[in-house]
Amino acid sequence: MTATLFENVRLIDPSNERDSQSRLLVRDGVIAGVDLAGAEGRPEDAAIVDGQGAILCPGLIDMRVAIGEPGFEYRETIASCARAAAAGGVTTIAVLPNSKPAIDEPALVRLLRGRGEETGQVSILPYGALTKGCNGEEMAELGLLREAGAVAFTDGTQAIADTKRMRLLLSYAHGIGAMVVQHPEDPSLARGGCATGGALATQMGLPQIPAAAEAILIARDIRLAEMTGARLHFGHVSTAEGLALIRAAKGRGLPVTCDTAPPYFSLNEDEIRDFRTYAKLSPPLRAESDRLAVCAALSDGTIDAIASDHTPWDADDKRLPFAQASAGGTGLATLLGVTLERVHNGDVTLIQALRLLTQSPAALLGAPGGTLAVGSTADLCLFDPDASWVVEAGTLPGRAQNTPFDGRALRGKVLGTWKNGVRVFGETE
Amino acid sequence: MADSQLYSGRHLLGLEGMTAAQIEPFLDLAASYALLSRSRTPPRDALRGRTLINLFFEDSTRTRTSFELAGKRLGADVINMTVATSSVNKGETLLDTAATLNAMRCDLLVVRHAQSGAPALLSRKVEASVVNAGDGMHEHPTQALLDAMTIRRHLGTLRGLTVAICGDVGHSRVARSNIHLLTAMGSKVRLVGPPTLVPAAMASLGNVEVFHDMEAGLRDVDVIMTLRLQRERMGAGLVPSAREFFRFYGVDRRRLVLAKPNALVMHPGPMNRGVEIASDVADSTQSVIQEQVEMGVAVRMAVLDRLSRMRVPA
Repeated sequence: MTATLFENVRLIDPSNERDSQSRLLVRDGVIAGVDLAGAEGRPEDAAIVDGQGAILCPGLIDMRVAIGEPGFEYRETIASCARAAAAGGVTTIAVLPNSKPAIDEPALVRLLRGRGEETGQVSILPYGALTKGCNGEEMAELGLLREAGAVAFTDGTQAIADTKRMRLLLSYAHGIGAMVVQHPEDPSLARGGCATGGALATQMGLPQIPAAAEAILIARDIRLAEMTGARLHFGHVSTAEGLALIRAAKGRGLPVTCDTAPPYFSLNEDEIRDFRTYAKLSPPLRAESDRLAVCAALSDGTIDAIASDHTPWDADDKRLPFAQASAGGTGLATLLGVTLERVHNGDVTLIQALRLLTQSPAALLGAPGGTLAVGSTADLCLFDPDASWVVEAGTLPGRAQNTPFDGRALRGKVLGTWKNGVRVFGETE
Repeated sequence: MADSQLYSGRHLLGLEGMTAAQIEPFLDLAASYALLSRSRTPPRDALRGRTLINLFFEDSTRTRTSFELAGKRLGADVINMTVATSSVNKGETLLDTAATLNAMRCDLLVVRHAQSGAPALLSRKVEASVVNAGDGMHEHPTQALLDAMTIRRHLGTLRGLTVAICGDVGHSRVARSNIHLLTAMGSKVRLVGPPTLVPAAMASLGNVEVFHDMEAGLRDVDVIMTLRLQRERMGAGLVPSAREFFRFYGVDRRRLVLAKPNALVMHPGPMNRGVEIASDVADSTQSVIQEQVEMGVAVRMAVLDRLSRMRVPA
């Protein structure tokens, strides 16, 4: 029997609307008590963690992570990704299936889950491929993948282009009660583009992806979700128009949800000036008006979750002319710090922000965790919301260093992460 | 039963809209033909002097043979015409065929065609009585009649039964005819399969319930009708693979026990063993699949007999 008592912490648990100075007891990897009083609340055998007034919340659940493994281990391995996750306070990651091979076989789903457990640092929740090989054509074995443990289905960074095929995929997924996650970008409009359409891309001479590429696909898929009754989730939504469509769909009671990623509420297209390839993302960074719309959608509840959109690339993948460089940035280590910017400037409350990082993604994925309820697995994140630090590419945990936040000063730092009650990041007391 | 209550149409194009009073005489007549067929003394004079043409625009050895046997057992002259679909994919060509048949002065025309409504179109252009032997995704009335007859022989009645039609319902003419017949006869019908094969709009076919969960759909049913899953459904993106289909929608032992203890297992054939039905279930004592084939001949005898009597004398 091992026990750990967290003292002198501000417990924030969005799933219970809790925000209080309390103690939390962990025994055998499970949360055994909260708000313990007197001697019984401080078992003699418990190791003490003095939080020194920092915030203790559920371990973050990141619903959009790419790992280099399998197939691209030179970019990142499960082990290096787990280290980056732990450093970011993230204890569960939902992993995109567009690896090599794609996660379109039940055995691969089981393998990924098992590899996550082996790290001891992070739980891996694999997405199953929506189509075989994530090639947008033949339907993958959604039912068998789900049985093996796939949490939802997506082709990762590629939208299903064919409307009829998408309808069938949604329809079939609905029949097995599964959620489909769509990359909201019309592939034919986005083809060949690398920067959001507008004056800047025109001035820089870059091939453009109109913001409308997002809205067009979202509009189509909302209509298909309405036809089929399927649960549809849009990943990393980045435009005002796209969010307005989702807001309206939710208003009509459709089972449509979405997430966004920190770059889309903290950065705008100006980041790509000087052809900075670390800021080349998919979807591309948008206009300031879109960024403000994302902030507003965080505030009004249109956005259901914040995901890191962690996409590791090797240095050589980025050290190319802008249009040729790979799109995507790392995000695990900066997820909390960048999100807290929205708290510090008043867009969302602290408990709102943490809900978007814990309880909401857990609910969307039907995953355990994201709570401090007694009896839950002790996946925990301890952080100081005011501690300042500067993001430096090259010094981040994990193998990949392609962060779009390179050089940015953040306020809010992870002090410790516990997985199943075991400390996996931060100094051991 | 008085003749006026019997089915009085010249053709049998489908079962939609038919009443129990119109369906039952076919089943009763078929029952008597089943006995006669088994005794190997069928009446060889009912269609004596009549010409039956099996006009098949689609391959179907089983159905064609069944009609051929039925016609021959009733004494008809039977001619089989198999027409390559490619040469008759235009409406004009189909009507040319009708003109040819009229010139041949046949009495009964059994038509199978890949296009829904093709037998109906022919029926308006030929003098013969037309029997629909399966048109596109529309109807296959003699299959539903033989299914009903098989059920009635085992369970005594169709009234009050719950019948699950499982699998590729959306593309199935067998399913549509069965829905019309079973609901007319007082059975409850459940359609069971993934939404890609059993779209919600199927509920508009009448008093049917749609299930996307096989276990729920089979619970306490009296009859399980499985349908053949065409391989091309996988290529069309409607189901991921045969192994996934069998895992979630195949009728196997584990699912069979959800139905009533002596529930009948049926299949219109030909079966994909290990896709829509497990081999041991297909061969089990609850399976009446071979009996369906036998009843097919009797039903077709009854239909040909009945329609030949309805023919307006030339």
